[in-house]
Amino acid sequence: MASKQFDIKSYTGFKGITLLCLIILYAPLVVVTIYSFNASQSLTNWEGLSLRWYVDVFSGPESAKFKTAAWNSFVIAIIAATTATAIATLAATGMVRGGRFRLRPVSFGLISLPLMVPEIVLAVATLIFFNSIGFQRGLLTILLAHIAFCIPFAYLPISARMQGIEDSYEQAALDLYATKRQAFTKILMPLMMPGIISGFLLAFIVSLDDFIITNFVKGAGVETLPTAIFGSVKQGIKPNIMAISTLLLSLSIVMVTISYFVSKSDNTK
Amino acid sequence: MRHLGEAKLAENKQIAIDVRDAVKRYGDFTALKTISLSIMDNEFFTLLGPSGCGKTTLLRMIAGFEAVTEGAIYLFGDEIANLPPNKRPVNTVFQNYALFPHMTILDNVAFGLEMRGKSKSEARTKAGEMLELVQLSQFSARKPSQLSGGQQQRVALARALAPQPKVLLLDEPLSALDLKLRKAMQLELKHLQRETGITFIFVTHDQEEALTMSDRIAVMSAGEMQQLGSPTDIYERPHNMFVADFIGETNLLEVSVDAINNGRAVCHLGGGHELTCNAVEGVDIGSKVHMSIRPERLFMSENPAETESLKGRIKENIFVGTDITTIVDLQDGPDFVVRTSNSDRGNKRIFEPGTEMYVNMELGAGRLLAD
Ligand SMILES: Nc1ncnc2c1ncn2[C@@H]1O[C@H](COP(=O)(O)OP(=O)(O)O)[C@@H](O)[C@H]1O
Ligand SMILES: [Mg+2]
Repeated sequence: MASKQFDIKSYTGFKGITLLCLIILYAPLVVVTIYSFNASQSLTNWEGLSLRWYVDVFSGPESAKFKTAAWNSFVIAIIAATTATAIATLAATGMVRGGRFRLRPVSFGLISLPLMVPEIVLAVATLIFFNSIGFQRGLLTILLAHIAFCIPFAYLPISARMQGIEDSYEQAALDLYATKRQAFTKILMPLMMPGIISGFLLAFIVSLDDFIITNFVKGAGVETLPTAIFGSVKQGIKPNIMAISTLLLSLSIVMVTISYFVSKSDNTK
Repeated sequence: MRHLGEAKLAENKQIAIDVRDAVKRYGDFTALKTISLSIMDNEFFTLLGPSGCGKTTLLRMIAGFEAVTEGAIYLFGDEIANLPPNKRPVNTVFQNYALFPHMTILDNVAFGLEMRGKSKSEARTKAGEMLELVQLSQFSARKPSQLSGGQQQRVALARALAPQPKVLLLDEPLSALDLKLRKAMQLELKHLQRETGITFIFVTHDQEEALTMSDRIAVMSAGEMQQLGSPTDIYERPHNMFVADFIGETNLLEVSVDAINNGRAVCHLGGGHELTCNAVEGVDIGSKVHMSIRPERLFMSENPAETESLKGRIKENIFVGTDITTIVDLQDGPDFVVRTSNSDRGNKRIFEPGTEMYVNMELGAGRLLAD
């Protein structure tokens, strides 16, 4: 219970600064979304409401390219997110339940470090790694890179959830004759499920819209949605790009919303 | 440690849990220092001691959650110290209940039976019977969070009893309940133990609870066993200062032992006043020890009674419902607490504060403590 004296809202300028931040954050997104419904060829002149650029995305001259790219993106995102979530779940189980082993702080650092390393560095490193082991660049290299950088994103919500689960539940299961595996699958997993789903969705979104690393490790002619959009933009921005961006944005919003509600939902109730 | 009270148990009873010279160390901290005790089949056994004395540690060693650093634990003659918890026919009622939050009450209770290989329907039927036993049948489809604390407590009990363990371990199961509910649950637990015939090992820091419920009590302090015996043993014949002080309320007098004849010890207080009481093992002539006298075994009178009497002045009378507590300033000793039950008001006297009077000990009320 915050006392009245320390109510941050009472500071002068609080509202103004908040508003400014929100505008800087969201104005571009709002503009893109609105202009994706523009009837005009022009990026800036509003000529009335229309869905023509959405039609263009699905059946226009670039639609084949975008469809393949979207398919690649989805397949990669699903496989990468699934694999990363599985690995992160096991890692969280080991880290949170493994007792106080000596390398625990180091392990935690290693798992979450990729979140803080500049992505371009990771991208270059990943590329050099694949080159040095003579790996042919293509869909598989993208997939492997995505699995790798998705792990920390999946790990955080899962381990946060796990820390909130007292270990007396597993002890009660063991006490009631469950094997360690049964205690994991019947008790711990269901209790962790909100964290796991939330971790999966986060990893999925991160994989879906990754550009830098993908651009480095993809082979020639292999495109995901972000690299395809980038390729297209290089030839000049057309309003269909705004339509695609708006579609991606909506998908992200849906995913993040689900993730939020799942992690909030308490299956202990 | 002497094992007083052990002799009282019927000879033909089996030992359910035998802890032999068990030691528990966490790094260089010793949580339990060489504990040995035998818990009989069918017994309601209580581990009693202040917080941090190692009760939970001992219980978790019996359940299998903590390794035994040294020594051994036997369950009906079989060494179990190296068995994992799921291989021990011992179940636990956890302090926070640890009911599985994502399962219904019925599935919670059926869990242990299923893990023991019973079919789902069989396990559920049996679980239903257990819920009936604790009068919670109407809640079987609910989730644990939809029950009150007292109801969750009973579910935890039903869940632990359902697989019919040989020994049931209860770690301060009533401490989260309010007083009224706690009293009711004490009776219910006792009743369940009689009905099922399962050996209960009950952990509590509440001496009153221990005295009410137990067949035998092990009083622990700082990782050591202080005394083992029946509630009466422990209350009326405490071995040492710790037990006398921890169990119930008591008055302590510093005395020197002058002589011991025919099982009676003649002592004197610092001021020279002479007292006689029963001699005990471990207290010899010349030793300076404490004498413990329970407040309810004292009575007051205008003139010294025929038993041991000490002169004093009334400081205060405190009315506490069922009885009156009187604080007396003794001439030759510290302040004494005298308890007069309301039902005794007819033949025991109460004096106004400031009155000079005598505090008298009932016969055998004074008890010498070894240390
Ligand atoms: N895992 C542990 N590591 C280190 N010390 C512990 C651990 N568990 C318990 N202890 C210590 O052992 C002592 C006994 O604890 P416990 O058995 O929980 O006491 P009680 O149940 O009687 O309150 C305490 O001093 C406690 O701090
Ligand atoms: Mg405890």
